[in-house]
Amino acid sequence: MGQSFPLLNLAEKALLLETYHPDFRLAEKREIPVGPNKGGLAPKELVDLLESPSRLVPEAIDLTEVGYKTDVLIIGSGGAGVTAALTARETGAEVLLATKLRLGDSNTIMAEGGIAAATLPDDSPVIHYVDTMVGGRGKNTPELVDALVNDAPFIVEWLTSLGVNFDRLPDGSYYAHMPAGHSRRRSHSVKDLTGLEFMRVLCDEVRNRQIDVLEFSPAVELLLDDQGQCAGAVLFDFDTEQYFPVEAKATILATGGMGRLHPQGFPTSNHYGATADGLIMAYRAGAPLLYIDFVQYHPTGVAWPEQMLGLLVSEAVRAQGAQVVSADGEIFVDRLETRDALSAAIIRECGERGKGVLTPTGMVGIWLDTPLIDLMGGEGTFMRRFAGIHGRFKKYGIDPIHEPILIYPTQHYQNGGIRVNINGETDIPNLYAAGEVAGGVHGHNRLGANSLVDIFVFGRRSGTHAAQKVGGVEIGKWSLEHVRAYNTSLMEAAIASEISSPMLLPDYRYERALSTVQHTKGR
Amino acid sequence: MLPDIITMIPIYIMGRKYEVPQGLTILKAMEFAGYELRRGCGCRGGVCGACVTMYRKRGTYQLNVGLACQTVTEPDMYLMQLPFVPAHKAIYAIKSVLANDSNIIKLYPELMRCLQCNTCSKSCPMELDVMGYVAAAMRADLEKVVELSMECVMCGMCAARCPAELSPFNIALLIRRMYGRYVLPASPQLERRLNEIREGKFAEEIEHLKKADEAEMIERFKEFQATKGEAAVELTKGKP
Repeated sequence: MGQSFPLLNLAEKALLLETYHPDFRLAEKREIPVGPNKGGLAPKELVDLLESPSRLVPEAIDLTEVGYKTDVLIIGSGGAGVTAALTARETGAEVLLATKLRLGDSNTIMAEGGIAAATLPDDSPVIHYVDTMVGGRGKNTPELVDALVNDAPFIVEWLTSLGVNFDRLPDGSYYAHMPAGHSRRRSHSVKDLTGLEFMRVLCDEVRNRQIDVLEFSPAVELLLDDQGQCAGAVLFDFDTEQYFPVEAKATILATGGMGRLHPQGFPTSNHYGATADGLIMAYRAGAPLLYIDFVQYHPTGVAWPEQMLGLLVSEAVRAQGAQVVSADGEIFVDRLETRDALSAAIIRECGERGKGVLTPTGMVGIWLDTPLIDLMGGEGTFMRRFAGIHGRFKKYGIDPIHEPILIYPTQHYQNGGIRVNINGETDIPNLYAAGEVAGGVHGHNRLGANSLVDIFVFGRRSGTHAAQKVGGVEIGKWSLEHVRAYNTSLMEAAIASEISSPMLLPDYRYERALSTVQHTKGR
Repeated sequence: MLPDIITMIPIYIMGRKYEVPQGLTILKAMEFAGYELRRGCGCRGGVCGACVTMYRKRGTYQLNVGLACQTVTEPDMYLMQLPFVPAHKAIYAIKSVLANDSNIIKLYPELMRCLQCNTCSKSCPMELDVMGYVAAAMRADLEKVVELSMECVMCGMCAARCPAELSPFNIALLIRRMYGRYVLPASPQLERRLNEIREGKFAEEIEHLKKADEAEMIERFKEFQATKGEAAVELTKGKP
């Protein structure tokens, strides 16, 4: 208690990352063989999908039978998607919200920690800007970060007006904590259920506004017209297994990240549907990807119990005082290092230094000293802040109030994505991307609490812009010609893939359900 | 191939018997049995409510409820997933629904049909005191509803089982939204910050930083880090 470990200086941090962070294992990346990023590197699991032909056989679908026509088609119903839908509707457009699983199924719903916004008196968008840029290793797109930090406090106001129960102090001011890499307290939370509360409220609002929602209808390819504009998408009905086109004057991709590809065999904290579908569709249509080879591994994924493998323990747990401790009981890194550095330090400790703890299923983990939270903050602190986390562990006979828990880095976030501008526009006319599927705002490494704000800022910006634009959009004759052309380019590059994409859902059937077998390979 | 150490147990998925390794969650056991889940699977982390499952254990009369991703299988469990519940949701504009009991009753008049039978609480996979928050809703104790329903994952099981035909989880959602919008005090500090941004107070400095070199950025970062204070303040025990 009260012990600390010095923060790494920048040179030490750079060396630690280069030596131990999974992003720097070049053998785990491959060149993308075709398309706008040809020759660029990406995680090999993603390249496997990028170099596979479409699961949609263009000749096998009748495009003359249009399923739906709308102004704005939104694909994906996490935080970015529902926000874009609400905003586009508010701006006056006709909206169709299509989603792979149920309305709201997303990584957003799982977000525990909070939403970053410079609202407190000692904070400012300037400090938020600098923190975000430094956290992203200076690679962030400055215009996007400018939009992020200045819109952020307005997002807090918007969510509050919709009825989100943010944690408050007695005077009504917002309670905020300081996740790693931030220089001020600015992460606004709703206990450890922040994303759940947001999605409950936003999905309720979608229903109140009676926005048309197509559930269990993943998009499989975009449609392009003869001018190269996006003209909607082909959706797949999961129940009837039929494909059908949706014509739209603007299309917003909000499909989230790639965690369920399990880059480098890591477990993931991501939702079942996080299979990079949006990246694949947009890339085939010609949209360049930015920083797609940078993947965030959250340092505190659960290593034990096995049933919770890869699930997240919120960063707020460290902000509240929990230390990261080796098998010998030693602190080997500051608990508030950024996610990339802390993950690298844990991988070093468990690997080369041999100071990890072996679990009964052969995983190696490191201690997260959660009892410190009540010791430092007073009895009851853990339950007030982290009742959800406590409940999930309690089911397996582990009491994090009184005993430390075992953690190991877990795939958490796709730092890069489809290149966008401050309106969420991609390089393809009338195609937008918002949230985790888009890239640039977080540079090479996202700071904690910055994704919950990203999804709303760019969900709103793309929804507004798309709705304002559709009045002047004329869609030409559309087709799947680009899919055919992409398939041809794969053949010309002599690539023979045994799979097709997008993946839609990971396959965990039979022996693959035993995740210890699956996820520990390749470590 | 399965590792030798695994012990197999029998479970019944919608009446059909499967042998699955001991220790798997219901979700993984179904996948092991060969189910490719489209409905009935979501976050896989216990917060989205997609995978709520009813089960009986052989030889017992009790009907149990659990999230498939959080509940470990036991021998001779009879499982049925309930991936969708037709629940009633009132349509309203949050801007015009003030936080008072007459609005709750106007939108959900059936609330008063509650029999206080406690089936809802017994059906809740999150083990929430559902009947407690329904009772609080009846007497318009909004704060109590917020407190008791905050961990609701909206699976709809309470609505499926309620003999009075309430959809308790949607009633709680309405009340939480009323409370968040109207009862929690407004923050004057947030309003000040929004005005500062509207007035462009930070624009010039950020414009400058957009062109700043790495050294300057790092310098500013160090300066901010040096004055950062404590990572977390303690949340007060009392309500705001």
